[in-house]
Amino acid sequence: MLQAWVIASVSFAYLGVLFAIAYYGDKRADAGRSIIANPTIYALSLAVYCTTWTFYGSVGRAASTGIGFLPIYLGPTLMAGLWWFVMLKIIRISKANRITSIADFVSSRYGKSQLLGGLVTIIAVIGIVPYISLQLKAVSNSFTILLHYPDIVMPARAAAQPLLQDSALYIALILAAFTILFGTRHLDATERHEGMVAAIAFESLVKLLAFVAVGIFVTFFLYDGFGDIFDRAELVPKLKALMTVDDTGASYGSWWSLTFLSMLSIMFLPRQFQISVVENVNERHLARAIWLFPLYLLLINIFVLPIAVGGLLRFPDGSVDADTFVLTLPMAEQQELLALLVYIGGLSAGTGMVIVETIALSTMVCNDLVMPVLLRWKSLRLHEEHDLSGLLLSIRRWAIAAILLLGYVYFRAAGEAYALVGIGLISFAAVAQFAPAIIGGIYWKGGTREGAIAGLVAGFAVWIYTLLLPSFAKSGWLSLDFIKEGLFSIGLLKPQQLFGLTGLGEIPHSLFWSMLANIGCYVAVSLRRRPDVVETGQATLFVDAFRHTEGEQRSRFWRGSAQVQDLLPLIGRFLGPERAREAFLAYARRRGVGTIDQLEANADLVHYAEALLAGAIGGASARVMVASVVKEEPLGIDEVMNILDEASQVRAYSKQLEQKSRELEAATAELRAANERLKELDRMKDDFISTVTHELRTPLTSIRAFSEILLEDPKTNLANRRKFLAIIVKETERLTRLINQVLDMAKIESGNAEWHTADIDLQEVIEETLAATSTLFADKRISLEKHLAADLPRVRADRDRLIQVMLNLLSNAVKFCEEDSGRVTVRLSAESGVARVDVEDNGTGIAEADQATIFEKFRQVGDTMTAKPQGTGLGLPISRQIVEHFGGRLWVRSSLGKGATFSFTLPFDTGDARQEERRQND
Amino acid sequence: MMKRSILTGQRLVAVFLLGCVLFNYPVIALFNKTGELFDIPLLYLFLFGAWALLIGLMAWVIEHRQE
Repeated sequence: MLQAWVIASVSFAYLGVLFAIAYYGDKRADAGRSIIANPTIYALSLAVYCTTWTFYGSVGRAASTGIGFLPIYLGPTLMAGLWWFVMLKIIRISKANRITSIADFVSSRYGKSQLLGGLVTIIAVIGIVPYISLQLKAVSNSFTILLHYPDIVMPARAAAQPLLQDSALYIALILAAFTILFGTRHLDATERHEGMVAAIAFESLVKLLAFVAVGIFVTFFLYDGFGDIFDRAELVPKLKALMTVDDTGASYGSWWSLTFLSMLSIMFLPRQFQISVVENVNERHLARAIWLFPLYLLLINIFVLPIAVGGLLRFPDGSVDADTFVLTLPMAEQQELLALLVYIGGLSAGTGMVIVETIALSTMVCNDLVMPVLLRWKSLRLHEEHDLSGLLLSIRRWAIAAILLLGYVYFRAAGEAYALVGIGLISFAAVAQFAPAIIGGIYWKGGTREGAIAGLVAGFAVWIYTLLLPSFAKSGWLSLDFIKEGLFSIGLLKPQQLFGLTGLGEIPHSLFWSMLANIGCYVAVSLRRRPDVVETGQATLFVDAFRHTEGEQRSRFWRGSAQVQDLLPLIGRFLGPERAREAFLAYARRRGVGTIDQLEANADLVHYAEALLAGAIGGASARVMVASVVKEEPLGIDEVMNILDEASQVRAYSKQLEQKSRELEAATAELRAANERLKELDRMKDDFISTVTHELRTPLTSIRAFSEILLEDPKTNLANRRKFLAIIVKETERLTRLINQVLDMAKIESGNAEWHTADIDLQEVIEETLAATSTLFADKRISLEKHLAADLPRVRADRDRLIQVMLNLLSNAVKFCEEDSGRVTVRLSAESGVARVDVEDNGTGIAEADQATIFEKFRQVGDTMTAKPQGTGLGLPISRQIVEHFGGRLWVRSSLGKGATFSFTLPFDTGDARQEERRQND
Repeated sequence: MMKRSILTGQRLVAVFLLGCVLFNYPVIALFNKTGELFDIPLLYLFLFGAWALLIGLMAWVIEHRQE
């Protein structure tokens, strides 16, 4: 059933499905409803890490090195644990700076250097193109093997195909078409390809399903589960050895260095950078990928060893290449459908890798290799072209086609040579050279352009010498002598035992020397000078990526003048005039300006334009192009340092400012409260004045009335005249008393009163007052009781003032008592540290509600407007002031109809008070 | 923007360090012996078990983070 036309049509049908998915994905993206905006799809697309080298090659590796194939997948799992910090930072930096490739990233970090971008591109192309060849070879081989069904024929032993019948050529051409279609549909500042990503995620599912299907078939149908397979392996010494690692230091060293190598590869392979950074829709998706992607790796690896063992048991004579076990085992068991599924799985693994890798490489080649050259080529007159977007797209397309053809040519040339078969890890070791410049670049501000160049060149050179050239030699393209004897027959220069280092495998050996050279040169050369202006600016953007929000920082390192009329056509030339206008309009709207003409060509706009351009032609070229149309004033390194210092100062200031503003708020609240108090006092003062005038007017009115009678009617008889005069005298006295009290009150309140403080015997004062008021009691026939404790300690007070207080309380008591039945009790007693005086009466009493108001000025119980006032209303307030002045308290206890008790306390003289006074006088 | 929970990051780094210990000499040497547990070779069982454990830990940390 597996005729050529069946296999071919199934292949085309599969590719058709891919096209459909990619087309649908692009359509949805254009409509703004992305199908890849989903963390699971992001994690699946990351599985582009698993190429045919995994799909077919893992089993091959496991068949020769046993469990030693695993570190390639354990490394990415470990690295995922660091993604939260490292990958997130790279993603954020790339999004903020519109970085579209790993070359762009490195070049942008070190001052937008075109040289650096070109260097990274060259390393990537040399390191990756053979890896693309490997995919073509694997797909082509699987096709050939399947074609010979039911025989199992190894392609190496099959007759070489003439060029035009070589399936690999057609695969390369079809993939080129697919990649061009979905990789370069239009120029976009973000350089994202949603349809392509959707197709890649789908391919990841297909290859996982296919591999797990074979795994289950081999493990559970061909054999009786894991236990059975491993039991059988136990019986064969060669297979038994696969279950363990050689118990030597070298093999553990190799184990760890492969883990380390794959940790770097998962970050810096161009296809991984493309998928994980450039194609990332939302950085939140990274979170789930941190565990979902390692889970994918685990699932696709769990059956590798069983399949390898199963294959070795099934084909013990070694006639079948272990790399093909995945395909040949189902074929040998006449499982045609399964074999076809495996073939499709391998196809998906190969095409996925090729598509993404080619897009990533073509972006680099276009932006960092071709464009810089073309833009410098004055005779091309590119500066005069109005629309270069078409040119850019064709460069990308040609680059894709060229890379794939280059891959094919290498495949034709290398064939079964070691240089192709062993390229997997060699390729990993090449991209690992990017690690120091990138990791150093995002955590260390001191790296310079020369440092990065030196590190990359040194690491790459060591890689070529210790890995690439020996692989050529093993393929027979170079003399093996230089491996065995060393360059120029110098033993120390043996490429795989450099400086006499033996005991390591070729990969760990090369990794050690290349990393040593790379990191050493990067650090040493960087430390030769201070980073210059541009490098410092970029270093701050990259290293402090988490501290700055987007756009806040970038424009601060730029000073100069620009015209919108210059910038817009420049962007238009590369993005196409329409897209450029749209982008500028969008920017204008964000700034709250209606049209492009109103835009101000400030630093922000220049940087926006540069970022747009960077998305299309790379950061370094964009810098050159923008610099050609705007006038820039170079910033000195000191100025840049100042700006950076300012930034930290500004942060400090803003913290201080917050603190100050909090303090200010507190102060404001206090002031507001104080103001309220003042207003209240002001109101009270007004009340006071109006009350005082009212109180003064009453006696004045009666004095005036009686005086007028006496004046106008001289015939008033003597009796009346005496009566009237007596009233006048009485009212005048009242007036005098009132004025005296008001003055007294004012003095006390303002603190100007004179106090004659002395040690006073309270009992004596009370007796004296009682003697003075005895006539009052007698007049109203009110009985007086006194219970005065004798020999109390003295108090410190003003004697006359205290008499004033007692007089006031006693006359009040008399005033409110009924004649005859009235009874007043005066008590003097000692409480803890104070003397207490109570004046109790059985008069009308004071309602609860009035007990507070009687101590206010001019407040008398009852309506002063109607009832005849019985006092000035100042007696109690003055008394209270006096008592409080000497540290005591005055209060009342009463209820209506049951009399009232006025009490006050005064502290005994302990000597403290006197010392206090003395201190104040001093 | 993904809020960078520092605690989550630290937990993940701790998982990373645990993985570095589990997948490295000398721990793998402890299991690098011929012998089987549940009919499965010891090293194979250990590596996949530790791997699954790491993934489980990372999944737990990620899915239980507070943002």
